[in-house]
Amino acid sequence: MATVKEFRNSVRPNWCPGCGDFAVQAAMQRALGNLDLEPQNVAIISGIGCSGRISGYLNAYGFHGVHGRSLPVAQGVKLANHDLTVLAAGGDGDGFGIGLGHFMHAARRNMDITYIVMDNSIYGLTKGQHSPTSAFGFKAKTTPAGNIENAISPLQIALAAGISFLAQGFSHDVNQLTQIIQAGIEHRGFSLINVFSPCVTYNKVNTYEWYKEHVVNLEQFPDYDPTNRNMAMLKVAETDGLCTGLIYKDTVKKPLDALIEGYKEMPIVHQDIHIDRDFFEKTMEEFN
Amino acid sequence: MLHELSWKVGGQQGEGIDSTGKTFSTSLNRMGYYIYSYRHFSSRIKGGHTNDNVRVTTSPKAASADYLDILVAFDQETIDLNGMELRDGGVVIADAKFNPKLSDKITANVKLVVMPFTKIAEEHGAVIMKNMVALGATARLVGLDVNFCTPVLQSRFGRKSQKIVDQNLEAIQAGFDAMDGEAIDFAAFKLVPPIPDKHLFMIGNDAIAFGALAAGARIMPAYPITPASDVMEYLIKKLPKVGGVVVQTEDEIAALNMTIGAAYAGARTLTATSGPGLSLMMEALGLAGMTETPVVIIDTQRGGPSTGLPTKHEQSDMYAVLFGNHGEIGKIVLTPSSAEECFYASVDAFNYAEKYQCPVILMTDLALSLASQSVAPFDYDKVTIDRGLLATQEQLDQVPAGQMFKRYERTEDGISPRVFPGQLGGIHHVTGVEHSEIGRPDEGPNNHVLMMNKRLNKFDGIELPNSVSYTGDKNPDVLLIGVGSSIGPIDEAVDRLRNQGIKVGHAQVKVLSPFPLKTMTSYVNSAKQTIVIESNGTGQLFHLMQFFGLNHPEMKSYLKYDGTPFLAKEIEAHVKGSMIAWQR
Repeated sequence: MATVKEFRNSVRPNWCPGCGDFAVQAAMQRALGNLDLEPQNVAIISGIGCSGRISGYLNAYGFHGVHGRSLPVAQGVKLANHDLTVLAAGGDGDGFGIGLGHFMHAARRNMDITYIVMDNSIYGLTKGQHSPTSAFGFKAKTTPAGNIENAISPLQIALAAGISFLAQGFSHDVNQLTQIIQAGIEHRGFSLINVFSPCVTYNKVNTYEWYKEHVVNLEQFPDYDPTNRNMAMLKVAETDGLCTGLIYKDTVKKPLDALIEGYKEMPIVHQDIHIDRDFFEKTMEEFN
Repeated sequence: MLHELSWKVGGQQGEGIDSTGKTFSTSLNRMGYYIYSYRHFSSRIKGGHTNDNVRVTTSPKAASADYLDILVAFDQETIDLNGMELRDGGVVIADAKFNPKLSDKITANVKLVVMPFTKIAEEHGAVIMKNMVALGATARLVGLDVNFCTPVLQSRFGRKSQKIVDQNLEAIQAGFDAMDGEAIDFAAFKLVPPIPDKHLFMIGNDAIAFGALAAGARIMPAYPITPASDVMEYLIKKLPKVGGVVVQTEDEIAALNMTIGAAYAGARTLTATSGPGLSLMMEALGLAGMTETPVVIIDTQRGGPSTGLPTKHEQSDMYAVLFGNHGEIGKIVLTPSSAEECFYASVDAFNYAEKYQCPVILMTDLALSLASQSVAPFDYDKVTIDRGLLATQEQLDQVPAGQMFKRYERTEDGISPRVFPGQLGGIHHVTGVEHSEIGRPDEGPNNHVLMMNKRLNKFDGIELPNSVSYTGDKNPDVLLIGVGSSIGPIDEAVDRLRNQGIKVGHAQVKVLSPFPLKTMTSYVNSAKQTIVIESNGTGQLFHLMQFFGLNHPEMKSYLKYDGTPFLAKEIEAHVKGSMIAWQR
């Protein structure tokens, strides 16, 4: 039986005290432990930035790649070995700036990967520039007179791309965050868990207090049906993207690997890659 | 009787020119002739001039002929653009429909045969079969049996409809008969009978794809680009049969990152691209080098810079492949020069990637990637799979509890055992940031030097097998050096020059990195004069040789960058001219 403890390692994160990412790390460890997964069967693929370091802060196979490219790497890992639980993780700059295209394509491709974004609306590691999710008017090093660009809505983009599982959490509520990460991992298909994970050093607007005042927990709407796409679209718009909990879950769509022709139950990495002489000769015969 | 024939068919793109050429060349290849077929096409789907040049020989040739015997024309543009390649005694067979005329630029003594291709085709059922009429006329002219392409048509259309096959055969017969009445010296065009021998017939890209399949590659993420797309188009048909998969990614950046992910997870994985796509892959190439992930990248060079000449030949990615990524990584760059070599190089690429745990780039050029050529059947027994250094479970069991596996252990030869996610006891971290032996970020100056040395020293003093091929005279007056598809025209030029009593040698570079410095130095030092022949505007191979430490006072560059491959006669003339200049 795997436990939360087994997903902990001795590395001390280089995050600032109070960083929202600590809660994400804890929620991931709890979710993996609750699901009784073995650390060696989990691969965490991350991008660049403070949050991108998370692949090294859990006891599991970890791959820390380049800025914005965690999803293509994660999809490659999953293709080679679909027995692995593959998590991708990174920040809002990583995922919705440089990696936005990959995000939309991963969502529509629907490979069985859980993508956790630590969204703090700021570039922390490069010391305080505005990010794709920074609000209009937001002041940062690169927007001294206030942001004159509009923020993107990751939730609306995810729904537009045909995502099959969408949830949002907040670092202040580790219990809910654990639940939705767990549900995302259990979902057979691509899932986004967007997490409001405040940057206590550079973002003086979107603080824990600010989020506490603004987030809307979907659990307070007993009639909310997360399998209804239209309802999800409306709720995201109504709450200005600040709703938390399970937002949408497709119960029909199949994950990519169920649709790949010839894809075997045995992961590619475990298959014998030698081809037999007969197949070789027959294949060669076609070049005639 | 002819031992060699150069035939070309031309018309508008979308008119079936390619399939005409293919039917002709495939049929003759099956009969036992050797074929080299090069297609001229432009970056558009329909319309625009296209042609297919088929060289038929009785011994293997790896280049187009530098003249034409027969030009089949479906429009006047074909005659105007290609007529001057005809040699004395050549024939143009043209469709009566467009009222063909020989162009003023044709200086050779050429005969024009006007034949109602379209009309005859219509009489037999469909205009589209005018190509078959032309093939029938060709068959009569060069003394082939009227049924020469029946087996090929049968396998192409037979399953769909016997009626189509029969109609095509009738059209061929009609073309054959119509030619019969022409006042031509048929004996002058008669091809010697072939020596029945089995050859495969394929483009370089097919050979690479088949090689990858045989080498155990099972995953290919890629983004379509000319002239690389055929590699994925072939594997998308084949990989599902062996449990593999092709993913058409959103871009080249995703393609290489996905390749890295799959290779890290333990699968043999490749991607294929050309210049502009290669540029997008540079960041990920550095990541593969830094994380020592064994990926195989196919780069089929085309004309550059930028989107350049998408459908034209060039060899100008050498600098990009060797130096394009930032920072310094070790990598292997293979440059095969024939379709046959493409197959075996593709197999080698996967073995090298896993042996040295580094990116391997298999580089071709458009002519090599897309020209169809006759190839000796591949040898199943020569395909070996070497997965390199993998940690055993026994070794992993010895990793103390609570500690990580030393994936980047500093060993004497720089190669550390690999593990794949999923393996018990193998947990470690991988990062593009400079790291410790267990993969933790470590920016210490001492660690960076040690790790840089570990990665770079893997290739120290190594010359891979068959890095250079050499033909011609020992201690030559002139040594010709080339890379990629130029092997064919250079070899032919060497033959001609040697027949004229000139001492010539030919070294073709098959591996660019690690550069075979020792071998190349000995060849260059053995020659009085050296000419480096390449299809680019700055002499990349020439400068790379100097960069790697090879220098010689009499080393010159011969460049061509008009989008077409070298012709033997151009090289022959250049060498003669340069010898005269050199003797002065």
